[in-house]
Amino acid sequence: MTTANPTTVARDGGSSPGPGHRRRKETGRARASGLPAWSIPYVLLVPGLLVIAGLLLYPMFQLAVMAFQKVGLAQIRGTRPAEWVGLENFEKILANDIFWSALRNTVAFAFVAVSLTLVVGTAVGVLLHRLGRRMSLFVVIGCMFAWAVPPVAQGVIWRSLFDAEAGIVNWALDLLPDWLAAPPDGQSSWVGTPWLNDTLPLYIALVVCVVWAGFPFIAVSVLAGLKGIPAELYEAARVDGSGAWRTFTKITLPMLKPVFAVLTVLSIIWDFKVFSQLYVLMNGPTNRDGFNLSMYAVAEAFKPPQKLGSGAAISVVLTIILLVITVVYVRQIVKQEEM
Amino acid sequence: MTPLARKRLGKILLNTAGVLVFLYAVFPVYWMVATGFKENDQIFTTEFIPFPTHFTFDHFERVLTEGVANNSIWLYMRNSAIVALGTVLIGSAFALLSATAIARFRFKGRGVFLVVLLIVQMLPAEGLLIPLYMMVKRVGLGDNFIGLIITQVALTLPFGVWMLRTFVAAVPKSLEEAAWIDGAGRMQAFWRVLFPLVAPGLVATSIFSFITAWNDLVFALYLMSESEGYTMPVALQYFFGQKGVDWGAIMAGSTLMTIPVVVFFLLVQRRMVSGLVAGAVKG
Repeated sequence: MTTANPTTVARDGGSSPGPGHRRRKETGRARASGLPAWSIPYVLLVPGLLVIAGLLLYPMFQLAVMAFQKVGLAQIRGTRPAEWVGLENFEKILANDIFWSALRNTVAFAFVAVSLTLVVGTAVGVLLHRLGRRMSLFVVIGCMFAWAVPPVAQGVIWRSLFDAEAGIVNWALDLLPDWLAAPPDGQSSWVGTPWLNDTLPLYIALVVCVVWAGFPFIAVSVLAGLKGIPAELYEAARVDGSGAWRTFTKITLPMLKPVFAVLTVLSIIWDFKVFSQLYVLMNGPTNRDGFNLSMYAVAEAFKPPQKLGSGAAISVVLTIILLVITVVYVRQIVKQEEM
Repeated sequence: MTPLARKRLGKILLNTAGVLVFLYAVFPVYWMVATGFKENDQIFTTEFIPFPTHFTFDHFERVLTEGVANNSIWLYMRNSAIVALGTVLIGSAFALLSATAIARFRFKGRGVFLVVLLIVQMLPAEGLLIPLYMMVKRVGLGDNFIGLIITQVALTLPFGVWMLRTFVAAVPKSLEEAAWIDGAGRMQAFWRVLFPLVAPGLVATSIFSFITAWNDLVFALYLMSESEGYTMPVALQYFFGQKGVDWGAIMAGSTLMTIPVVVFFLLVQRRMVSGLVAGAVKG
C-alpha cells in the first residue's frame, strides 16, 4: 500500500523517536556550534519568521488598519499621514451596488465552479482508477498540461475560444441542433455572439476555464485516495452482491471523506479569490458589474484616483471570509497529520 | 451478451472515456500552440481549422523581434526570469532553514508555527497587495525587482517550508549523528550529509517557487509601473492592444511563457499534491 502513494512515503519519514531520547542527544552536542541546544531551532527559524511576520502577518495587520483610514496618493508618497475615518470606508463600500454585485458574483461563481470541478474531477479520478496502467498514465499526462498552464495563459486561451468571431465555442454551438442550443436573440447563428461583455456569459466562460484548469488536481488527488482503499472492502461488497452505484456510495465516498473535505475547502479558497483568469477574460478591470471581490478590491485601490483605504476595506471582507474557510482546512489537516 | 463480450465492451467504453478526457484536457493547450503557427486567414475565420495547413513561424518571429509596448519580448522574459530566480534563491535558502528547524527539532511554538504556515498560504494575495504596495513604495523599492522578489518570497515561503519539511524528515537522523561521531561539527554535518540528501526536495520547492513567481500577474502589474520592468504575464496584456486582437502574436507569446512552466511542473506536481492534501490522501 505504501509504495503506491507518494504522500505516505514522505510522511512515514516524519515520524520521530520520542522527544526525551532526542533532547539528550542534542544537549550532548550543544557545544559544537557554540549555541545552547534549545536555541538552535529558533536560530534556524529567524529568516523564515522574519519573512512571515514582516511580510505576511504585519501586512495583514496593516490591511486591517488601512481599512479604517483614508489612504490616497499623498499618503502613498508619505507627504501626509493617513487620516482616521472610522467606519467610513466600510459604510461607503456597503452602500455601493458594485460591492453587492461583486459579492454575489464571487459566491455564485465559487459555488458553481467548485461543484463542477469536484464532480468532473471525481469522475475522472474514478475513471483513472479503472483504466489500465498505461492508459491511465496517458490520461494523467494530458491532464497535467491543463493544470500546468499559467493562469494568465489560461485566460488568453479561453478568451480566444470564446471570441465572438473566430471563437470555437460559437462554431461548436452552431453544430448543435437548435432544440439543444438555439442562438440567443433569434439570430440564425451563434457566430458574432459576444460572450465576454456581459456579466453572466462572462462568468460562464470563467467557470468553463476554471473547471478545465482545476479538475486535474481533484482527479489526481481522488486517484491517490482510491489507491489507498483496501481491495478487500470491494471484494466483500461484491460477495454481498452490491451494485456499482451502491459500492461507490457506501464504500468509496465514506473512505474518501477526508480527501473530499480538504479538496472542497481548497477549491473554495482558490475560486473565491480567482483573479488572473478574470482579469484576462474581461480585459482588465473594465466591466464593473462583472467584478468579483478580488477584482473590486484591486480596482478600488489602484484605479485612479487611488483609494487604498476603500480597497483595504473590501480586502478585509474577503480575507475574513477566507479565514473562516481556512480554519476548516487547517483543522482537517491537523487532524490527519501528527504534527 | 456473453460475459466476455460485455467485459470487452466495458473496456472499450472506459478507454473511449479516457481518450475523451485526454482531448478535453489537452485541446485548449494544443489550440494555443497551433494558433501560434497558423496564418492570419486561418485564425480569423468562423470555420474550424484543426491543424495549421499553412504552417508559419511569422507570429513567433514577429513576437521575438518586434516585441510589444516599446520593448523586446526578451526583456520581459528576462525580467520574469530575474524575479523567478531571485525568489527561488532567497526563498529556498530560507525555506531550508525553517524546514530543518521543524523537521529536526521539537521546540516550543512548533505547532503554532505549522498552523500559521497553513493559514498564511491561504490568504488572498490581492488583499496583501495593498499593504505590501504601501510598504514597498515607502522603502523606495517601487519599480525595483527587489521589491517584487521580496513579495514573491513572502507568498511562496509558507508552502515551500511545508513541502520541504517532509524531505528533511525523510533523511534519517542517524546519518547526521554518525557524522558527529566522526568529529564533524553541526554545520559540517549539515552541509556534507543533510544538504546533499535533501537536494531533490530543494529542487522541488525551488520549482514551486519559480512557477508561482513566474506566473504572478497582480504584484508585477501594480509594483512595476514602467514598461521596462514588466514581466511576461503583464506584457501579454498589451498584445490585446487597441486596434483589435492579434491572436497569432498573443498565442505565440503565451506559448513562450507556458513552456518553462509545463516542463518544470511535470517534475514536481506529485509533491505539490501531497503537500496540499497532506495526510488526507494517506491510504
